[in-house]
Amino acid sequence: MPWPDTEAIVGGLRKPLRASGLALAVSVGLWAWFTAPLMLLAPVALFAVWLIASTQGRQVLAIAWMGIVTIPQRLGATSVVLVGIAGVVGVCVALQAMAEGFEATLRSAGDDDTAIVLRAGADAELSSGLDRAAVTLIAQAPGILRDDRDVPIASAEVVVVANLPKRSTGTDANVEVRGVGREVWLLRRGVHIIQGRRFKPGLRELIVGRGAQAQFRGATPGSVIRLNNQDWRVVGVFSSGDAHESELWGDAESVGAAYRRNGFQSVTARLVQPQVIERLAAALTHDPRLRVDVQTTRAYYGKQSQRLTQVIRGVGTVVVVIMALGAVFGALNTTYAAVAGRSLEIATLRALGFTAVPVVLAVMLETMALALAGGLLGAGVAWAAFNGYQVSTLGSNFSQVVFQFDVTPALLLQGVQWAVGIGFVGGFFPAVRAASLPVIHALRAQ
Amino acid sequence: MGIAERPLPLVEIRELSKVYQRGREAVEVLHHVDLAIPDGDFLALMGPSGSGKSTLLNLIAGLDSPTDGSLRVAGRRIDRMSSGELARWRAAHVGFVFQFYNLLPALSAQKNVELPLLLTHLPAARRRRNALIALELVGILDRASHKPAQLSGGQQQRVAIARAIVSDPTLLVCDEPTGDLDRHSAEEVLTLLQRLNRDYGKTMIMVTHDPKAAEFARRTLHLDKGTLVEQVA
Amino acid sequence: MKYLPLLVAALLRRKARTLLTMLSVTAAFALFGMLDAVRVAFEAPESLIGIDRLIVASRFSIIQPLPLGYLSRIQSVAGVKAITYANWFGGVYQDPKNFFPNFAVDADTYLAMYPELVLPPAERKAFLDTRTGAIVGQALAEQFGWKIGDKIPLQATIFPRKDGSNAWTFDLVGIYGVSDPALRGLERQMLFRWDYFDEGRDPRYRPGTVGWYAVRIDDPTHASRVAGAIDRQFANSADETKTQSERDFQRSFAKQVGDIGLIVTGIMGAVFFTLLLMTGNAMSQSIRERIPELAVLKTIGFSDLAVVGLVLAESGALLVLGGVAGMALAWSTLPAVRDLSAGQLDVTMQPQSWELGLCLIFLIALAVGLPPALKAKRISIVDALAGH
Repeated sequence: MPWPDTEAIVGGLRKPLRASGLALAVSVGLWAWFTAPLMLLAPVALFAVWLIASTQGRQVLAIAWMGIVTIPQRLGATSVVLVGIAGVVGVCVALQAMAEGFEATLRSAGDDDTAIVLRAGADAELSSGLDRAAVTLIAQAPGILRDDRDVPIASAEVVVVANLPKRSTGTDANVEVRGVGREVWLLRRGVHIIQGRRFKPGLRELIVGRGAQAQFRGATPGSVIRLNNQDWRVVGVFSSGDAHESELWGDAESVGAAYRRNGFQSVTARLVQPQVIERLAAALTHDPRLRVDVQTTRAYYGKQSQRLTQVIRGVGTVVVVIMALGAVFGALNTTYAAVAGRSLEIATLRALGFTAVPVVLAVMLETMALALAGGLLGAGVAWAAFNGYQVSTLGSNFSQVVFQFDVTPALLLQGVQWAVGIGFVGGFFPAVRAASLPVIHALRAQ
Repeated sequence: MGIAERPLPLVEIRELSKVYQRGREAVEVLHHVDLAIPDGDFLALMGPSGSGKSTLLNLIAGLDSPTDGSLRVAGRRIDRMSSGELARWRAAHVGFVFQFYNLLPALSAQKNVELPLLLTHLPAARRRRNALIALELVGILDRASHKPAQLSGGQQQRVAIARAIVSDPTLLVCDEPTGDLDRHSAEEVLTLLQRLNRDYGKTMIMVTHDPKAAEFARRTLHLDKGTLVEQVA
Repeated sequence: MKYLPLLVAALLRRKARTLLTMLSVTAAFALFGMLDAVRVAFEAPESLIGIDRLIVASRFSIIQPLPLGYLSRIQSVAGVKAITYANWFGGVYQDPKNFFPNFAVDADTYLAMYPELVLPPAERKAFLDTRTGAIVGQALAEQFGWKIGDKIPLQATIFPRKDGSNAWTFDLVGIYGVSDPALRGLERQMLFRWDYFDEGRDPRYRPGTVGWYAVRIDDPTHASRVAGAIDRQFANSADETKTQSERDFQRSFAKQVGDIGLIVTGIMGAVFFTLLLMTGNAMSQSIRERIPELAVLKTIGFSDLAVVGLVLAESGALLVLGGVAGMALAWSTLPAVRDLSAGQLDVTMQPQSWELGLCLIFLIALAVGLPPALKAKRISIVDALAGH
């Protein structure tokens, strides 16, 4: 366009006003979409009815359809936007799924019915220590459930770290070895032997968690693992559906002996009912012979997952926001170019008597349809590639925690939500531009 | 022809001026133009580049608004309308024929012709039938399902004319309709326009720089530096 | 330089598009800057510092200490020039969020072993003279506003004191810097004296043991031979050792975090290139649109080379402006990332990231600009002016 149009000059004063109005509209739209997407369902349904039933709605559909059928002619630019938005959504979903999976693995290791006792000040089992006298006192504390023979359901446990080669890299990684007490089967009811048998107390026998079996070389029934220079036989595999699956379990006394320990790291006990935790904590912390912290296992494992989840979420947020901005710029660019390329068509339609509203809506509809497609693609790829994907990382006990990516429906929806948000911003401004194209100039610009 | 028999002017223009702001400079493109176009007229507007003929055409067609003066078409003042009102008015009253046809490349000839009918309440079947009638009228029914790229220039312009008349507008506005056509196609298109004027009584205004094209009109007006110079045929 | 107005005119031709393209380049390189900082942090720095140092730790597990008695036995191994030892403490300052490494060291030999920690002589002497003394890195001191003479309380998580309490207090006697900016990560540590720690700890927590030994060898090329000799000394004892180079030791930690780091970098690398794809597309589109204008330049008599240069300069300008802005953004937001991740992800952009980024900018400018530039070079003036 060789000359600025008159309207633009005359409207010079109105422009900033209009721009801030548009920005406000976009902000409100985005805010509504991200805080209460369901609230928008009713207007969207109304809009759909309007599209189909009214004359103007039919105009919108007709113009949008013309945009959509021309997509093959600008396949390059369009697919780039599609892939870009799919990428943002895919990464967003994958990162969240990782955090979610890690959190779920640790969270499900804890509940309100069991309590864990650690030395005061210890932030993880590995840095805790309790001697035999303390362990005896703790087991006799009030509020702990007893089995048929009136034995408290409590397990005094030894937690040590051993080196085992990882299957994936062949290099040594830290594995958590947990020596457990005889009551452990009543304490952790979710633990099931899925292969082989339980270890026999007093023997150098181990059972391995399902996750550990998958991640570490030699963690299979029948093989022998060296712990502190002693041979231990793996006799079974257990599942628990939580963080314990990353561990190797043996008899507490035997593991302690192998590591020349005469004490324990923690005591985990089953409570009579969740409410007694306060009484138990009060009794143990006020006992002058003990220096311990008492908490439910839910609280303990919640804290253990907090650090890494925080890292992933923090980094994830920064990264996703940057990427989303990049995608918005890309979408804006492509849509502006598409509008510029179709300015003659749009001007012709306007000359024929089409009003501005259908033009705006049609351009937005097209971009948002594209974004939605990109979002579904990204979410689908993230789901297909990552759901159930098993990885391990260094947990807070200085040993490997095995967990799976958990691509939940909520995360998929969230990804699509991002995509539509990007499409909304990316389509809105070019749509307004399209509608305010001066008709006669566009007609003349051959 | 007596005064009493003279038809009421369909387009009535008084003291019409248009000023464009180009940078800091104000350029007056039209200067107090008075013009009456009766119903059933076929008017050719001629003049050198920059004489204001396209501007005048755009104003009459409701694509642009004048700076000053009044503009009445079929009894309605269109110089005071907002852009939304103008759009609705154009849809109801004006048919366009452009120099470069301006067909939408993604749509077939028939769908292109149907476009203006989307702005009416006609059901789909009626829209389709009307489009086919219009295509038949311009003699190109056999190309109804072709895309613009598959048609010659002359054929494309006929489709454009069909699109212009399909909604039975009050006024047909043609901006250099033969400017991009060879002599032979141009004559065909002009003959078609002439027939539409003569047989169906369509009022037409055509901007052209080609005196041969102007010969097909009932009368010719010359514009120079923003003022009308009537030439007696 | 006389073509500069042409370049500026080309960039300002469609201001909105230029701005949007530049901003997406900025986004891509902001991401790159952060990721590369993480990547560099994961790989132990490729530095010559410490190439002659070995770490001797327990073979069985990171948590198993070694007896102090190994000191003289390791020292006697041929090829060992110097030795020191340290013990991880894992203390918490006020809140677990304030995480920083802190450990007990044998003051004199440790500072001799790590000359990259630069401590003024007076402060060094104070550290050697004060049993309760501690030294911290410049960055850490700045973060918490510590100055020499302060008492720094740490809450023990592993080692309680003899009286059973977890409260340890240290006297800050020195603040060290690092000899090489690439090692700034070392400035976020606190070191205190092993003898004070060993005497103070609860006797049940194995006094007389150390976490690891660090050994200097006479020739880095003998590293594996010396390491083998050390490990053989203690083979079949209650505390077998595993000796490896300092870099391998550090790397083994990165590998343990392993999978996550790899996945995160992988995913984001893909996205970085997606963003660039979008940008490249927008830029080449912009140039394609202008081919008639370029034809005019050629008509006037501009050489093919000048036209190619002009197009390349345009893509170069966009990428340099956007890319440098993006990396600067990454550099300035990384501290915010540290706070968001509660200090867990504490990385800074190193010179090597900047270098790699600039190389990428250059390569991408070529990749994006060259195809349309060559097209502009090939265009027939007649065709282009006719609008074909």
